[in-house]
Amino acid sequence: MSTASVPLPGWINYGVIPLINLALAFFFSGIVVWAIGENPFEALQLLLVGALGRGEGIGFTLFYTTSFIFTGLSVAVAIHSGLFNIGSEGQAYLGGLGAALVALSLDAYVPWYVTMPFAVIGAALFGAACAAIPAWLQAKRGSHVVITTIMFNFIVSSLMNYVLVHMLIVPGKMAPESRTFLPGGQLPKLDWLIAMFGGKLGAAPLNFSFLIALIMCFLVWVLIWRTKLGYEMRTLGISPSAASYAGIGYSKIVMITMLISGGLAGMMALNPVMGASARLQIEFVGGAGFVGIAVSLMGRNHPAGIVLSALLFGILYQGGAELSFDMPAITRDMIVVIQGMVILFAGALEYMLRPAIVRAYQQFARSPAGGR
Amino acid sequence: MSFEPAKEPAIELVGIDKKFGAVHANKNINLTVAKGSIHGIIGENGAGKSTLMSILYGFYQADEGEIRISGKPVTIRDSQAAISSGIGMVHQHFMLVENFTVLENVMLGAEGGQLLRRGVASARKELKRLEADYGLDVDPDAVIEELPVGRQQRVEILKALYRGAEILILDEPTGVLTPPEADHLFKVLRVLRDQGKTIILITHKLREIMAITDTVSVMRRGEIVATRKTADTTVEELAELMVGRRVLLRVEKGEADPGKVLLSVKNLTVKDSRGVTMVDDVSFEVRAGEIVGIAGVAGNGQSELLEAIAGIRKPSSGEIIVNGQSIAGSDPAMLRALGLAHIPEDRHHMGLVLKFEEYENSILGYHRDRRYGGAMLDLDAIRKQAEEQIVKYDIRPPNARLKTANFSGGNQQKIVVAREIERDPDVLIIGQPTRGVDIGAIEFIHKRIIDTRDAGKAVLLVSVELDEIRSLSDRILVMFAGKVVGEKSGEAGEQTLGLMMAGIAA
Repeated sequence: MSTASVPLPGWINYGVIPLINLALAFFFSGIVVWAIGENPFEALQLLLVGALGRGEGIGFTLFYTTSFIFTGLSVAVAIHSGLFNIGSEGQAYLGGLGAALVALSLDAYVPWYVTMPFAVIGAALFGAACAAIPAWLQAKRGSHVVITTIMFNFIVSSLMNYVLVHMLIVPGKMAPESRTFLPGGQLPKLDWLIAMFGGKLGAAPLNFSFLIALIMCFLVWVLIWRTKLGYEMRTLGISPSAASYAGIGYSKIVMITMLISGGLAGMMALNPVMGASARLQIEFVGGAGFVGIAVSLMGRNHPAGIVLSALLFGILYQGGAELSFDMPAITRDMIVVIQGMVILFAGALEYMLRPAIVRAYQQFARSPAGGR
Repeated sequence: MSFEPAKEPAIELVGIDKKFGAVHANKNINLTVAKGSIHGIIGENGAGKSTLMSILYGFYQADEGEIRISGKPVTIRDSQAAISSGIGMVHQHFMLVENFTVLENVMLGAEGGQLLRRGVASARKELKRLEADYGLDVDPDAVIEELPVGRQQRVEILKALYRGAEILILDEPTGVLTPPEADHLFKVLRVLRDQGKTIILITHKLREIMAITDTVSVMRRGEIVATRKTADTTVEELAELMVGRRVLLRVEKGEADPGKVLLSVKNLTVKDSRGVTMVDDVSFEVRAGEIVGIAGVAGNGQSELLEAIAGIRKPSSGEIIVNGQSIAGSDPAMLRALGLAHIPEDRHHMGLVLKFEEYENSILGYHRDRRYGGAMLDLDAIRKQAEEQIVKYDIRPPNARLKTANFSGGNQQKIVVAREIERDPDVLIIGQPTRGVDIGAIEFIHKRIIDTRDAGKAVLLVSVELDEIRSLSDRILVMFAGKVVGEKSGEAGEQTLGLMMAGIAA
């Protein structure tokens, strides 16, 4: 009770505490690896080398990172207004339809850089549309957005099944997916980015949407901390009663926030749909929407933190895939366990160690060396 | 500095020291309270009173020092330990389960076994005994939420006594009571003292200290700066010790010069979210250049009245006219544009966003104004204005980038007062301007309110502090159970107003 409100310097809050949490997550993952009879140090090495060792590995890592940045930003924007959007998964899925429709309509006529802005808008609009009904229900009817957004994940999933199986499927083919986009509907690979650091991208799907994700990080930062809209969002998020005192309309801010949040989630689709596979596939989101919740939580809902935590999860995804390939005893499920450990320690148990660290800090601050 | 009581000590604090980071909340506190006495602890907000009592009750551990009870050193790690050492606490905000009965609340946490029946029987017997010994009569089967506040407080005292408290700590106990209820509380406290209990009374009201305590300690900046026999000291001396300089206890103001009507409320009825009528057919006017005070015990509709005028709560019927315009359908932002400023009752929940930096709060509600930028926030302009207000209102520490939660209560209130008064509004509505604010800041805020009146503005003041209402207002309306039960001039006596507040005489 006494230590929760003690202010700690930024380097402890944003540096030391996350690192200790991460170390703990790896420590307990190591115990799990050791318990099934593998060498945890070797496993860690394989994971890191797999994720960061070669240009191709880095390419995959950053590909995953891109998706997580988008969904992480989506969750973070909503949290700043005090809303918990756990529908990023479905919003991204529907966003894929928006991106695919733009790509399918334009790819035969124009180069990729003309298609891209329309695809960004299309993906964002479809993602926002998916968030609009839960937003309206929250704003006007008080139906909790957590419930409605998670319900919408299922609705979108069924809808997309229908659209892919009955409408976008290539006649005569078995796979429920759209036709492959022509180059005019594909986002180019970022070979040059990896080449700058002397690596080779190889088969890795890292593409232009990575840069769009970074631009969105900057725009979200501007929105939240530099615009009046962001000011109203933060006021509502921290203190709804102060917002009502200040004449900040609840319904309006809830609607706007959820549309932005859904739009950011929708943009995630650019990465797998137009960047990696060049077609709309079933279940292409693959859980990135839910990872976004952990990414946002770990990144303290700040774009810079989100980039770092998205990178961490990118490393875990890519490194984990390599690890299960090299160490057959470690299955995909084991990788999920390790990811779970990271979420547990870095997210849910974030405050577990805080009191101890506060005490240690105070001890240090009181000693002559640290005192003022 | 130390003061030796004649009787044997109930409680001794020796060299208590507590730091929170760089904040030295308690510095080498030495305090001895005699058994069977009432000891007052007085000090401004942030002087360290609450920290000291929290150490005594086991919420915090002291970094250094010793606590002795009846001469024996004790370690108090949590409230359980405090209770078993015979310390009971009556919190400022009651810790009662509202939909439980008195008996259930008294037993809570001391049920005496897995099955309730035996505990209930013995608790009932014990309550009877306490009633007989101390005259603390409460119906054990009454539900808490149906009891008046004064009775609820009595239940808190009973809870402590039921657990065998020999030392009772009361934190700002009269904040929510009417004057007659407060008098009754003091009667109870005297009985308790005469029966040998020791009472520590924390308050910022000097008059209460004078009225009830035997001895008093003054705290300032984490230290006990003086301990006196109450009979040997004066209100003026205590005030000076608290603040560290001479203070004006009486507000100086000239005659009011009322002009045209700027705020008019006609047959206003306001219901709360449950549909209960909180403001019942209220009508009044406030003219330019006058302060109209609304007196009343908290919870008699004043909050709802203020919120309706500020546009936060929709009235169910009636009309509010600000500056000649009906405000039906306006939101708070539109009302600000009409020239209405609102210093809300509760700065923590309404007036400020505590996690914001100071400069961010200095525009709350006015943030859409062009002078702070278009779609983007013009941070330079906002910070510059915030810094000017910090200087003008002597807000400390003078740092616009500091998180608002890290300012003291008085300085937080000054942030709100500066923001609202500096907009030069025509109508200023104020709720509890000095709740939880230290004496130095009270003096300052009162002066600003008078200045606003003298500048020809209409001021509506709601406060549960009768002294504040009486010293600031030109006219006083008394609210009871949602109705205005009477109007008096600013010179009305406390007795008269107190009876009206209790709904006894109109």
